[in-house]
Amino acid sequence: MVIERHWKKWVYFYIPLTLFIIGTLFPFYWMLITAVRPDAELYRSWRAVNNTPFWTLQPTLAHVQDLLARTTFPRWLWNTFFIAIVSTGISLACGLLAGYALARLRFPMAGLLGTSIFVTYLVPPTLLFIPLADIVRNFHLGNTPWALILTYPTFLIPFCTWLLMGYFKTIPKELEECARIDGASRFGAMVRIIFPIAVPGILSAGIFAFTLSWNEFIYALIFLSSPERKTVPVGVVSELIRGDIYFWGQLMAGALLGSVPVAFIYSFFVEHYVAGLTGSVKG
Amino acid sequence: MALLRPRDVQQPVLARLLDNERALAAVLLAPAVLILAVFIAYPFVMGVWLSLSSTSVGNPGRFVGLQNFLKAWNDSIFQTTFQNTFVYTFWATIFKLALGMWLALLLNRHFRGKRFVRAAMLLPFIIPTVLSTFAWRWMFDPTFSVLNWLLYRTGLIVTKLPFLSDGTWALWCAIVVNTWRGMPFFAITLLAGLQTINPDLQEAASLDGANAWQRFWHVTWPLLKPVTIVVVVFSIIQTFSDFQLIYVLTGGGPANSTHLLATYAYQIGVATGLLGEGAAISLFMFPVLLAVVWIQLRYLRRLEGA
Repeated sequence: MVIERHWKKWVYFYIPLTLFIIGTLFPFYWMLITAVRPDAELYRSWRAVNNTPFWTLQPTLAHVQDLLARTTFPRWLWNTFFIAIVSTGISLACGLLAGYALARLRFPMAGLLGTSIFVTYLVPPTLLFIPLADIVRNFHLGNTPWALILTYPTFLIPFCTWLLMGYFKTIPKELEECARIDGASRFGAMVRIIFPIAVPGILSAGIFAFTLSWNEFIYALIFLSSPERKTVPVGVVSELIRGDIYFWGQLMAGALLGSVPVAFIYSFFVEHYVAGLTGSVKG
Repeated sequence: MALLRPRDVQQPVLARLLDNERALAAVLLAPAVLILAVFIAYPFVMGVWLSLSSTSVGNPGRFVGLQNFLKAWNDSIFQTTFQNTFVYTFWATIFKLALGMWLALLLNRHFRGKRFVRAAMLLPFIIPTVLSTFAWRWMFDPTFSVLNWLLYRTGLIVTKLPFLSDGTWALWCAIVVNTWRGMPFFAITLLAGLQTINPDLQEAASLDGANAWQRFWHVTWPLLKPVTIVVVVFSIIQTFSDFQLIYVLTGGGPANSTHLLATYAYQIGVATGLLGEGAAISLFMFPVLLAVVWIQLRYLRRLEGA
């Protein structure tokens, strides 16, 4: 072991780590405290003597009530959830099949296809949003959830394929060969032997894809227009700012409520999420 | 045994087809390739066409050659935007790498509550960027900024800092927020890389008299390089093509001084409706992305070859 003195441990470990924790979490604390602070306290001069920005003695749920009364926030939550679930499902199904084919089967142009799927993985949504908006309009998908359900897989499928391909490569080939000798078809061996073993990988890809869809903004901003069809990020941006006026209490309440579901799911699957995150770059 | 079992004989056509390796591969790849072709390859071709045309909303437009690109190139807002995109990407990536590496090294030690701290550290990366950026925008508010309050109270400043009301300040604020959001990704992936390094190596170096910095520089860093390069490439692509953070934090302002290529393309292409010019502006990202992807592919090949 590398031996350290006591004070050194404070200087090199505890203090930096504490600063990292404060820096990382402070914006979330600020979101929470703003969401429950009454308006009278919110807009007090920054030099006021009685300003106590880090806590409040009159916590209120008024902003949350306003948010629910004046916007269709629960509807946005449901839209986001529905779109994220369906597009994740589609992407997982496609990624599972494609990942298996690329990891296990030998066919002409396998290398080329693998490379091109990897390249699409690196195409950012912001490169193509203008022509995509046109295509969505031509398919008459504008302002429907299907515009997003069909376009989110463009960044989710490459990711799922890449991650699952890496996962399949770690499963010994002998398992399939045994099943084949026992009379299973290639397809049967894949579905009944390999897919069940890959469940942790599938879960990692699924959790990660879900958070990516929940996070997506630019497509949702461009493809959806009616307030009740919007997702949480777009709804918060477009319905809670009127003209130049920011309703900070409601905005922070919306940001908080929009973050809770994804943070909640994440908290249950931290390990899977981390596996997805680190797998996404390793492949 | 050469005898055919009855099952094999009666196999339906579909099952026999699926047992052929090539046919199965084609069937398995078809859904993914189809979606990617329709929603990536086709839009890409269409984007190139749009960028060469004078299309705008409600006007089909005609071929104008490279006029859109030239117009953008000579436009002073575009020039600022182009420069911003590089400054933003360069500094944010440097900060994310440095802080992420530091955090990864801290998290690689044993301490109580480590799992909890690691989970909490990832929060900025999980929470939708738009929503957390609003919290930052509120923290940078010109009138009610908590950061100004804090600095004023601790006696570090006497007048308010113009966080988002000055172009240069605003771009650096965006770099700070991007660093805050992306740093956990670096930390957690680098941590995963650190955990694969055998601790005996550290100990051996320590016995040979290497200090902490030397141990990091000569032992840890060379072993961590492959994963670092991949993470940096991913981050460069994400940062270079960033949209949401700027859209929420500054909206490109004040006076169009903080646009990135993506937000400016949105402003011209969607908000103003000049589809051709917008498509051309977003295609300015392409050469850089291509170069980065090419480096990445070459690097992966070399790893596989080794």
